[in-house]
Amino acid sequence: MHALFVLLLQVQVPGVPEKRITNIFKPLAGPASEEKTIAVLTLAITGVIFVVVGALITYTIWRFRRKPGDDSQQEPPQVYGSNQIEVAWTVIPILIVFVLIGVSARVIASVENASPPKSMLKATIIGHQWWWEVHYPDYGIATANEIHVPVAGKEKTATYLQLQSQDVIHSFWVPQLAGKWDLVPNRTNYMWIDPQEPGVYLGNCAEYCGTQHANMLLRVIAQPKAEFQAWAASEQKPAVDNPQLTGAKAAFESLSCINCHTIKGTRALGKFGPDLTHLMSRQTLAAGMLTNTRDNLRAWVDDPQAIKPGSLMPSFKLNDKELDQVVAYLESLK
Amino acid sequence: MASIDYPLERPKVQEREFSFSEALYSWVATVDHKRLGLMYIVSALIFFVVAGIMATVIRAQLAFPNGHVVGPDTFNRLFTMHGTTMVFLVGMPMVAGFSNYLVPLMIGARDMAFPRLNAFGFWIFLFGGLLLYFSYIGGSGLSGTGSAPDVGWFAYAPLTSRAFSRGSSTDYWAIGVLVAGFGSIASAINVIATTACMRCPGMTLSRMPMFVWVMLVDSWMIVLVLPPLSAGQIMLLLDRYLGAHFFDTQAGGSAILWQHIFWIFGHPEVYILIFPAFAILSEVIPVFSRKPLFGRPAMVGAIVAIGFISMGVWAHHMFAVGMTAWSNTFFAAASMLVGIPTGIKIFNWTATMYGGKLRLDTPLLFCLGFLLQFLVAGLTGIMLAVAPFDWQLHDSYFVVAHFHFTLIGGLIFGLFAGMYYWFPKATGRLLSDKLGKWHFWLLCIGFNMTFIPLHFAGLLGMPRRIYTYMPGRGWESWNLVASIGVIFQIAGILCFVWNVLRSAKRGEVAGDDPWDGWTLEWATSSPPPEYNFEKLPVVRSSRPLWDLKHPQDPDWKYE
Amino acid sequence: MADLNVPIDALTMEREWKQPDRGTVGIIFLIITESSLFAIFVATYLIYIGKSLTGPYPKDVLDVPILATICLLSSSLTVYFAEHALAHGRLAAFKAWWLVTIALGLEFLTATGLEWKKLITEDHLTIRTNLFGSTFYSLVGLHASHVIVGMCFLLLVLFVTLFGFPIETQLRRVKFLSWYWHFVDAVWVIVFTVVYIIGR
Repeated sequence: MHALFVLLLQVQVPGVPEKRITNIFKPLAGPASEEKTIAVLTLAITGVIFVVVGALITYTIWRFRRKPGDDSQQEPPQVYGSNQIEVAWTVIPILIVFVLIGVSARVIASVENASPPKSMLKATIIGHQWWWEVHYPDYGIATANEIHVPVAGKEKTATYLQLQSQDVIHSFWVPQLAGKWDLVPNRTNYMWIDPQEPGVYLGNCAEYCGTQHANMLLRVIAQPKAEFQAWAASEQKPAVDNPQLTGAKAAFESLSCINCHTIKGTRALGKFGPDLTHLMSRQTLAAGMLTNTRDNLRAWVDDPQAIKPGSLMPSFKLNDKELDQVVAYLESLK
Repeated sequence: MASIDYPLERPKVQEREFSFSEALYSWVATVDHKRLGLMYIVSALIFFVVAGIMATVIRAQLAFPNGHVVGPDTFNRLFTMHGTTMVFLVGMPMVAGFSNYLVPLMIGARDMAFPRLNAFGFWIFLFGGLLLYFSYIGGSGLSGTGSAPDVGWFAYAPLTSRAFSRGSSTDYWAIGVLVAGFGSIASAINVIATTACMRCPGMTLSRMPMFVWVMLVDSWMIVLVLPPLSAGQIMLLLDRYLGAHFFDTQAGGSAILWQHIFWIFGHPEVYILIFPAFAILSEVIPVFSRKPLFGRPAMVGAIVAIGFISMGVWAHHMFAVGMTAWSNTFFAAASMLVGIPTGIKIFNWTATMYGGKLRLDTPLLFCLGFLLQFLVAGLTGIMLAVAPFDWQLHDSYFVVAHFHFTLIGGLIFGLFAGMYYWFPKATGRLLSDKLGKWHFWLLCIGFNMTFIPLHFAGLLGMPRRIYTYMPGRGWESWNLVASIGVIFQIAGILCFVWNVLRSAKRGEVAGDDPWDGWTLEWATSSPPPEYNFEKLPVVRSSRPLWDLKHPQDPDWKYE
Repeated sequence: MADLNVPIDALTMEREWKQPDRGTVGIIFLIITESSLFAIFVATYLIYIGKSLTGPYPKDVLDVPILATICLLSSSLTVYFAEHALAHGRLAAFKAWWLVTIALGLEFLTATGLEWKKLITEDHLTIRTNLFGSTFYSLVGLHASHVIVGMCFLLLVLFVTLFGFPIETQLRRVKFLSWYWHFVDAVWVIVFTVVYIIGR
């Protein structure tokens, strides 16, 4: 049964490396691996039940179907029940259920009650309609939608995620790393991930959260320790201040962008939208919808509603000059 | 009480032309349980078609990545209204409709215990349903935003609060469903009182047809779990209209509380929905196998056990909200326990067929479809009950596939079995078996083609309720196949609609007892007279008509 | 189908055929379904005890309504006496006890009204003030609305009796009404315990 599942799931799709298809049967971190193990066990047990019971039903239908020429007046023997048989097919399921309960209890405890290892990184994820705010309290970094974490490696580094929500319920789901866990307003949940391999892990918001739930995409970027440290060091710096772009920066600061966005070291201190201090260090825009290119950035700033209808960022109807200046400035935020 | 003549003498129906207004008045003013039952079923079927059209648009949107059939707001309204309609305006009236039509006939009563309450229940249900749909045209409200509800059929807080759901759309959801719920409660109390007080002489509880037993337990559950939903909706409305803070997380309220209240209702609710299918199978399979229901006491015990256990499993919808390991373990265990009585039912139905002479007519075909598909649904249900597995599967397309296997592959197939089985009783004419087989096979192929692939989309990380997705994540082929399956389903449903319209007028005349049945409804005319039975029957076993047809070997000798 | 006639011995009933009265079953299940509704409001109240972020808090503003509680609970007794009198054909006693029941119910409603007036005007606690306000007014209000419905029916019975309707023919319905009234009183015991004892 498991083999069949794996076979069916190996449909190669161009674009995403096969390894990065968010297949829950290709886990690349501790929690997802444990969940896969119990999933395979469950599939095996239910698969056997399906085959046995399905065969029984099919055989019964085939064997006892009325055939042409049967004497329709003759009723078959009237059997009302059988205690032995009924006891048997009550006891066997009970045994199976108890096995499953035992295994579940063990995995639930090991994932939920795992004590944090010594070398761990802390990150806070705050859900917003429809993007992810990411903080690293130990580093003083704020970013959005892309969560950089170190690869587990020899020290078995794990990242502890503290999950909160600013508005409605969201759910953090990166299938290859861990099962989903909800971000609930007025409540803090915890989960942990320890990616085994460097690379990008894709995920989604998994709890319906309003208009653009579908485009609340998520990526976890796992890097070797040194690379991660370098990234963190660069993120800690204030925004690049390119003297050649003073005009563009002034134009940006004069617009209402700064009411919602923060750029460290400038007048932009808004808290409502994503932090843009190092916008250019991100791979995507609009919570994973667009690749972070100049054209996409310009289109997004020009009219977010055309790209992500319902998004809370309005179109400010900037003229071409303003648009060029804003985009030029944003592009400098390495 | 010296003798009783079966089949009872039936009165001659007066052949007279009724004017349209007379006919309309007679239906609107009726308190006859059969007419009300039919009205419930017909309105449920109309809502079923509407919800099916919505589902078709949903599948059209998702057939290809980056679909542009509808926009996000429209899509969110579609899946909200589709789910709400299927649960509250198709599933619930089907419960009420089938139990209304059949329970009095099967227990040898002349009507329900409270005929006027019955009429009230139907009209208030219909009002609630129409109010919900009125949101499409009247939903803008004063603030000019919003139209139909777009918060999902379980309307999680705080997405439903004024801050995130402006306009009146959520109010339509809360009030429409609340009002329709009163109808369900009224009808459930009625079924309980009818089975408790109106059984014909000799019909002890142990001789009550299995159908009536299941509907009795079902009504018990409705009486117990519908009020929690009403309570939640009242709180929601207090929040929205009077500024209360039940689900206001800013004021210290809890978003999780809504989930608990909703699922205390919501999980028993899915059993409430599936029970009519259980009830129908327990009648159709024995008659078409020509054998009594295998292990009747165990079947009664199983249905009662499912009813009880289902009240203690609700939080398995909440494995991912961050409950403690203990709670998660408890609810995982309780959820798996439901599998045991459900297994007993599947085994006993199979054993009923074993050694019988299966007449593979349309009603039985739908039952067999139910058995195999519900088996899959039950097993994916076990997977979802394994909490760690559920952390991956929860809110993914796997869940969507799972509950469509229970509610379409299970419930709807069961209901179609029931409709083919009792249509001749209600109209006096048989549905065409040939068209019925087309209906069955097209629906069966289409259904499996749609929902088997969706399991795999879920395993590949596709979350539910997304209006679009990007190419390259391995979801495209599964979604395309699923959407193609819809075409077959539509063809199947069209066969059914045509079959009903044609057969109602020109179908083969059925006679009183076309299937050689054993329960009391087959002892009266088709359609039955308003008072059902001229003389109240007296029964001595759970198969009174078997006793009559086989006086040398009656059932009561073995009781 | 000629031989569908059953041998006579098959039709002799094994025992007398008795089933419960449908009205009784109906009212019992109405009470069960109402209990389920109250259970959710009571549970919500319990969950939100002490969760209010701002005042006023229960211990600051709530006074234990002892008199009203005594009135409501004793009205259960008086309605029983009334029903008992009616069952034994003592119409005058029935009317007297019925009137006392209505008076006690009115006293309870008045006390609730005055309590709410004080809370709203003096303590500035409304349903939108905090979680306590939301849960308090909804739970107590839900109960009070049931008292009002009960009062309407009690008054209906009183008026038809005063206008000469032979109420003794409706003993069964009077009994159902008294059951409903007992239920409302029983709910008050729980509401009282939760709101005024545990919640304070």
